[in-house]
This record gives sequence, structure tokens and C-alpha cells, in this order.
Amino acid sequence: MQLLNTIVAGLKEIWSHKARSLLTMLGIVLGVASLVGMSALIKGMENGMKESMVAMGGADKVLIREEDVPADQEHLADQAPGRTMYDVITLKQSAPLVRVVSPEMRVDAVVSRGDKATWPGECVGVWPAVLDMNLHTLAHGRFFSDIDEEEARAVCVIGTGIRDELFGSPEEAGREIIPLGEIIQIRGQPFTIVGMLTHYESEEERREREARAKAPQQQQAGPQRQRGWGRRNWAFWRKNNTVYMPLNTAYIRFRAAGDRDGIPDWRLSDIDIKVHDLSILEPALQQARNVMMVTHRGIEDFTFQTQENNLDQINAQIRNTRISGGTIAGISLLVGGIGIMNIMLASINERIREIGIRKAVGASAFAIFSQVLVESLAIALLGAAMGVGASYGMVKILESITPTGNAPVITPLALIVAVIFSAAVGVIAGLFPGFKAARLNPIEALRYE
Amino acid sequence: MALVELRNVSKIYHLGGEEIRALDDVTLDIDEGEFISIIGPSGSGKSTLMHILGCLDSPSHGSIRLDGTMIQSANARELAAIRNRKIGFVFQFFNLLPKLNVAQNVELPMVYSGISGRERHQRAMAALEQVGMANRSQHRPSQLSGGQQQRAAIARALVNNPRIIFADEPTGNLDTHTGEAILELFRQLSSEGRTIVLVTHDPEIAAVTPRRIEIRDGKIAEKLDLTLAGLSPRGGRVPHEVHDQEPGA
Repeated sequence: MQLLNTIVAGLKEIWSHKARSLLTMLGIVLGVASLVGMSALIKGMENGMKESMVAMGGADKVLIREEDVPADQEHLADQAPGRTMYDVITLKQSAPLVRVVSPEMRVDAVVSRGDKATWPGECVGVWPAVLDMNLHTLAHGRFFSDIDEEEARAVCVIGTGIRDELFGSPEEAGREIIPLGEIIQIRGQPFTIVGMLTHYESEEERREREARAKAPQQQQAGPQRQRGWGRRNWAFWRKNNTVYMPLNTAYIRFRAAGDRDGIPDWRLSDIDIKVHDLSILEPALQQARNVMMVTHRGIEDFTFQTQENNLDQINAQIRNTRISGGTIAGISLLVGGIGIMNIMLASINERIREIGIRKAVGASAFAIFSQVLVESLAIALLGAAMGVGASYGMVKILESITPTGNAPVITPLALIVAVIFSAAVGVIAGLFPGFKAARLNPIEALRYE
Repeated sequence: MALVELRNVSKIYHLGGEEIRALDDVTLDIDEGEFISIIGPSGSGKSTLMHILGCLDSPSHGSIRLDGTMIQSANARELAAIRNRKIGFVFQFFNLLPKLNVAQNVELPMVYSGISGRERHQRAMAALEQVGMANRSQHRPSQLSGGQQQRAAIARALVNNPRIIFADEPTGNLDTHTGEAILELFRQLSSEGRTIVLVTHDPEIAAVTPRRIEIRDGKIAEKLDLTLAGLSPRGGRVPHEVHDQEPGA
């Protein structure tokens, strides 16, 4: 009952100094908004990074990378064999802890059909193992058979991005085009499309697309404009703009004729492996390394890059950003708290006589203390509430100016932390003024002019 | 048993190493229902006496019993509670809170004694009725004349049914006519059985009360100053019974 009266009295006091209270709150409003906005940005970044990582093949994918030979093997550098099918076949036969081995042979090629042409995100010769490796889903048609591989047939499987470029996207055509059996040119050579992958998109792109479908935009005046892929998530763009062909096809049609200064180039551009279980990652990699040390005659011109390293990197990056961002936002909240303390001290000095009167009619020191504390807390909490509203606005602004596809995401946790933190700031800011007010001598306070 | 019993009360201040005895060994009884004035020139210690009697301050030495409770050893919280329930104050400058209306000002002491909102309002209105201010309950203090403000302040002092009311120069800020009306109100309250202590430097005002105590240099004067008494006679207000205070217990 008494507490309720105190709260009502505190709120009335705030209401009677609207402009001053509002200005004081502004510090907390901005502090909360920057805290929430910051964490939303970081969350968006984290989501984007993790989505990209999954889009690139998941956490258990290990890349075998080409690397310069170590210093003590410098004299052997020109004998380094690079990654070849010899490695792939030996790994498959002699490294039982490795579940999937996926060789890739990149082809730099323009893909065209009629007067339309595009640079694919990746145009590679692969084994069917690539579906498992890069987490692809075949939506239409079939993948390559052993005969395609054996005979190096001119067949390909494309992503929806290539379809959009060469045949038209569902949005433009008004229906989904499935170009199975159609012929496209890869570096001038005709290939038959035998399959198409499913459409990949990030959470945000999906939401955007659904929003567009719900409220169709009117046709813009002027020529059709590409929005530029800077705004999209790069990993998804690349995954959709894939052209796959059988590995042998890639070698015989593009490499055997002399890709590198007229010499046939049988080196692979990538070997990716997946192990049976992440818990045996270490021994599996050791096994793979042993095998490859044999196939490379002891020349260590390769290294393993795990997604775990990648994930650690992402997490470390996120943590660093979070710490620095949180510190800055925390400081601005603290400054807001100092503003509250300042105003509370000023307001107490204005109200010394009032405090004296209240004490004379029987207010205890605690009642005075709690009145000041409640006022300070109320300013902080009102500021926090407004800050939560402001942070939504801020995130909208950030969304429109950030060039990445990592849309900021407001998490409930960030809101709760911000509100609790500003409440704590309010209480702490009220402690000293409250203590000062409570300790006032009623006689002197009554005499105060 | 007297309502208030002061025994050998002293209040000593230290100012720059110098000892100032604001009150020096004061012994005093106030009975229930008394209407008494404490008179003395400024600096005589009468304010200190009132502050100690009113539980705003604690004595350096001596004992005080208010309504059967020893208060010289009470802590700040207990003193606040005693002020709240047993004591009403009326000040020279009214001391109403400018942001609250009259009714809210009168309710203030009850807020700190935890009385429910409805009862607070009823009792505040009753108290305002008593001082003839019921029709001004929604006004702000700034919209009232000095006399009206003082009436509201008196209503605030009455509202918690205190055992004793202290009025510190209640007419000091009012013109003669209004001041007399306020004194009349006190007399009326006294006749209703209230215990009222009037603190003033003005003998004419002190003349209203049946019993007067003069404070001089921190002590209760042996006898009332004749010049003071001589200044006061006017009409029937000449004091008939002058209590000579016996110092010491």
C-alpha cells in the first residue's frame, strides 16, 4: 500500500517535469536502443555466417587444400604433385575412416543459351558424391550415371540461378520453368541438362520473397534492373549458380586438350572429404594425411581445412564484436545513468523543503529514500520501454542501410538484458541521491530557502 | 501523569570548538488538554525546545516522556513514527506542498501511516470541515490566501488525531486580522480538548493562552518578564494565573 503510494508519488513527480524527465530518459533510450541494435546486428551477422556455412556443405566437410611446401622441402617444390585422382582413389581405398571423398575439377567457362550468357558461381566436374558433400538436393531430373562418367557425356545439372539467367526466373515467367532436356553451351560446347537442383535461400530471402508474393509490386518504370548480388547472401547465390558435369567430361572436354600452356592438366581443383563422425575427426584426418603423404611421396603440399576451424573463427569473431559492441552500448547506458543521477541530485536540491515537510509529518528516512529510488527507477524503466520501441526503429534503419544479407535480428534475450541493465542503472543512479535525501536533517530542511 | 515530561533536558551545539547551550537543563510538564505558549526572543532556545518536544531533534542530555513513551533514546525511524501518529505541526510559512492540492496536502501524514485511500480522503475532508476549508479542497496552495493556507496546514496537523499540536509562529506571516482568526481557531480547538503548544516571540499572541513559559538563554525564566506581561494586557486576555516554573525536578 505504502509502496504503491510511493510509486504514484514518484510518477507524478516525473509527470510534473515532463521535458526534464524526457531529456533524462533520452540517455537511457539511446543506450537501450544501441544495446539492442548492436546485438541485433551481431545476431544477424551470426545467422548469416552460420547459414552460409551450412550452405557451403555443413560442419563436417573438410577441404583438402593445396599449400606451399614447408621450408625444409623447398628443394622438392617443383616435384609437388598437387591433388589428383590418384589421391582420391587411394583415399577411398585406404582411409576407411573417411566416409565420402568428392573430387572437383573446376572449369572456367561462360554458360550461354541463345543470346543469353552468364558466369556460373561454380562450373565443375564432379562425382555424384558431391550431392552429399555440398548438401545439394536434386529437385528435378537425375544426377549423373556411371555411363555418363565412363563415356564423358556432355550432360549437366544446373542450379536454379543458372535457369533464372538462361530461361527466366519464375517471377518473370509467371511459372516455374524446368529446362530438362534443353541444350546449353558451356564454353561453346553443347550440354544437355539432365537435372536441376532445388532453390536455396537464406531465411531472410525466403521471407522477402514471400512478402513480395503477398504484395506484388507494380512494374517499375524503365529497364529491368538487377539489384546486384551484394545484397544477397553470397554463399546461397553461389550455390544456386552451380553447373555440375561429370568429372571425366570436365577433364576430357576442357583439360585434356591443354588447359595449362598446352599441357594436359589432370590436377583437381578441390578434394573434399567427410568423415563418419565428427567425434573421430582427428584420427580420420590423421589417416587421410598418412595416405596422402604416401601418394605425394612425402611432399607435404596439402593441408586440411575443417569447418570446425571455420566455426571457431566465426564464434571468435562474433564474441569479439559482441564484447566491443556491448561495452560501447553499456557505456552509453552508464552515461544515461549518470544523467539520471545528476537530475535526481538537482531535483533533491530543489525539494529540500518538501523533504523537510514530509519528514516533519512523519515520513521515515526509508520512505524518502524509496521515493527517490522509485523516481529514478521509473525514469530508467520508462526510458527502457521507449528504448525498446526506438530499437525497432533503429533496426529498420540499419536494415535499409546495411549492404549485407545479414538482416539484424532482435532477440528477446537482448531486450530482457537491456531492460534489466537499465533498471540496474536506474537503481544505482538513485542510490546516492536517495541516500542524500534520506539523511537530510528535517529541521535544517524546513529552514532551507 | 503529564502528557509530556521533560526532565533536565539540555541541547548542546559545538560551533568551532565553542560550546553553545541552546537548552540548559530544562524541566517541564505539559498536561493533556493544555493550551500553552512558549515565548522568548529569537535565539533564546524556544525553537530548539519545540524541535525536541516535537521529536524533530534529540536532546544531548536529559529525558523526555511523550504519552508514556521515552523518546530521548529513540532512533530516527521511531521518531518519524512518533511524529506521524502523535504530533501535528503548524509552521510560520505554512509549508504546504505546492504541487499537491489542499486535500492531498492534508492527506500527506496519513500516506505515511499507511491508511487506505478512501479513508484518507474522508478524514481529510472532515479535518478541512473542522477548519472551514472544505470548499477549497481541490485548490492549489498558491490559489489560497495566507490565512486559508494556514487553515489547511492546521487541518493537516489535525488529521492524524495527534496527542499534541505544535504551532511555530503560526501568525507570523499573516496580517493582524487573519492572525486573530487563526488564534481563534486554536482556541476553539483547545476548547475541544486538543493539547496545543504555541511558540512565539510575540507576547500579545502568547497572551491568548492560559499558561505561558518564557525561555531565556536556554533556560525557563524564573518569572514571566513583567514588561512582557505589561505589554499584553488588553481586554480579558490578561493572564490571571501565571505558572511560575520551578527549575529542577
